[in-house]
Amino acid sequence: MSAISDLTAYLTDPWASEFMVRSLLALIMISVVCAVIGSFVVVKGMAFIGDALAHASFGGVAAAFVLGGSVYLGAAVAAILTSLGIVFVSRRAGLRFDTAIGVLFVGAFALGILIVSRQEGYIVDLFSFVFGNVLGVGQDDLLLIAVIGAAVLVLVAAFYKELLFTAYDPAMAAAAGLPVAAIQYGLLGLVALTVVIALKAVGIVLVVAMLVTPAATGQLLVQRLHLIMAVGAGVGVMSSVVGLYLSYHADVSASAAVVLTATVLFLLTFLFSPRRGILGLRRPSILMEAGEGYGSPR
Amino acid sequence: MKEEGFRPAIELSDLWAGYNGQAALEGVTLTIEEGCLAGLVGPNGSGKSTLLRVILGLHRPWRGEVRLFGQKVDRARRLLGYMPQVELVDWAFPVSVFDVVMMGRYGRLGPLRRPTRRDQELVWHCLEEVGMTDLAQRQIGELSGGQQRRILIARTLAQEPRILLLDEPFAGLDAAAQHALLDLFNEVQAAGKTLLVATHDLTCVAGCFHHAVLLNRKIIAYGEPETVLTEEILNATFQTHLLLVNVEGKTYVGHQ
Repeated sequence: MSAISDLTAYLTDPWASEFMVRSLLALIMISVVCAVIGSFVVVKGMAFIGDALAHASFGGVAAAFVLGGSVYLGAAVAAILTSLGIVFVSRRAGLRFDTAIGVLFVGAFALGILIVSRQEGYIVDLFSFVFGNVLGVGQDDLLLIAVIGAAVLVLVAAFYKELLFTAYDPAMAAAAGLPVAAIQYGLLGLVALTVVIALKAVGIVLVVAMLVTPAATGQLLVQRLHLIMAVGAGVGVMSSVVGLYLSYHADVSASAAVVLTATVLFLLTFLFSPRRGILGLRRPSILMEAGEGYGSPR
Repeated sequence: MKEEGFRPAIELSDLWAGYNGQAALEGVTLTIEEGCLAGLVGPNGSGKSTLLRVILGLHRPWRGEVRLFGQKVDRARRLLGYMPQVELVDWAFPVSVFDVVMMGRYGRLGPLRRPTRRDQELVWHCLEEVGMTDLAQRQIGELSGGQQRRILIARTLAQEPRILLLDEPFAGLDAAAQHALLDLFNEVQAAGKTLLVATHDLTCVAGCFHHAVLLNRKIIAYGEPETVLTEEILNATFQTHLLLVNVEGKTYVGHQ
């Protein structure tokens, strides 16, 4: 009897406080948006740019902090300018894409550090953007996440076939008359917005994990882009719930707990996935059809 | 100009194009008639892919003009279907065979419109034409080389083109798969479509194509394979000595 009530208390206690509920809502919304955009990031090998945009946004966060403007607006402006700059520089200078990313994002990040180094006393607040402080998400943050997140999802739904076609085969999409350059810039813009809404909750350093880890877990399990998005969203939401319990009961950083839960889910999937897991049953279907399936179950 | 009702499907006049100041095409002038199965032949770096990209409007020529059935190419893009080189396609991408063929419809659908029942039916029809209905729900990474070409051709057909441009469809296929693909091209051609196929396979062009275009930055020769595929012209195109062997009326091309 008391065991059951203990368990009930264990499960319900965290949600008695309003800030915990707000954190959960924020993380659920962020997880879904990150999984949808993260699926493009994962299949196109854009993880580096996701990370870069998160770091670059720090320049905007710091500037907005000093100037007293909206931190989100600052982050969004810095992330979008950096992503446009990356494409522009790599095209005009004939540099590899990742070289342009490396040059520009560190520049924007360094600008943030430079600005912060002139300030004294505010640093603690700023650091919530670096390491994330999901428990500090306020009502206005929640509203902003909801509005921008919904906008990102609506845009992806509306232009899904264009985004899919361009991601899969840009040359063919261009030949079919799609405005490929505009769609690619648009996708970068969506990545930038997603990074911005995830910033306060998980922080610059961990945001790439929200973008990549759940979608990568999905890619181990399913083989269609929209299914990867769905599985990724599930993994993200599950990680959010488990992570918040861990944070509440073990008194550890919520953002880190959420990210680590997602990492563990990825590793478990990697070990046991029926399709690609290293301990699961292998099923290389082409070889099986040819009658020479060598991947015998271990 | 052998048949009645001759109509030019593709007209190229004095096309110059290249990359970073390096010319890949030097004054290409060519007319391909409707309903023709034409092979585009030339060594590596002869400008075959560039020529296809210019016709598609993917690469802007320095000068010269492309007309399709008399229309400028930017107006006539929908007349074209394109199959890229198989190596350029990301086969690990998480899409099914059906999804890929449906992408052939996206250009016509336009933004914010979902595929209709007619689009679905057309995709199934195209899959049927290439014999791939059974594999419609497969992830594309699970296909064999021959199957990969087939779905790319199905996607090209789903564009409902009058002209098909195919880049190296035979590369890396075994003889049986090559023949099956060639039969498919003949069916498509018999349905009244015009095909321009970039290929390295001279024997195939000699035996099965209506016309051969020999390209090495310039058009070296254009015409029926029997008249064009001579040792002299081939050597001018490939800048190396090739051997032509005639066995029972069929021409084979080999190295010495």
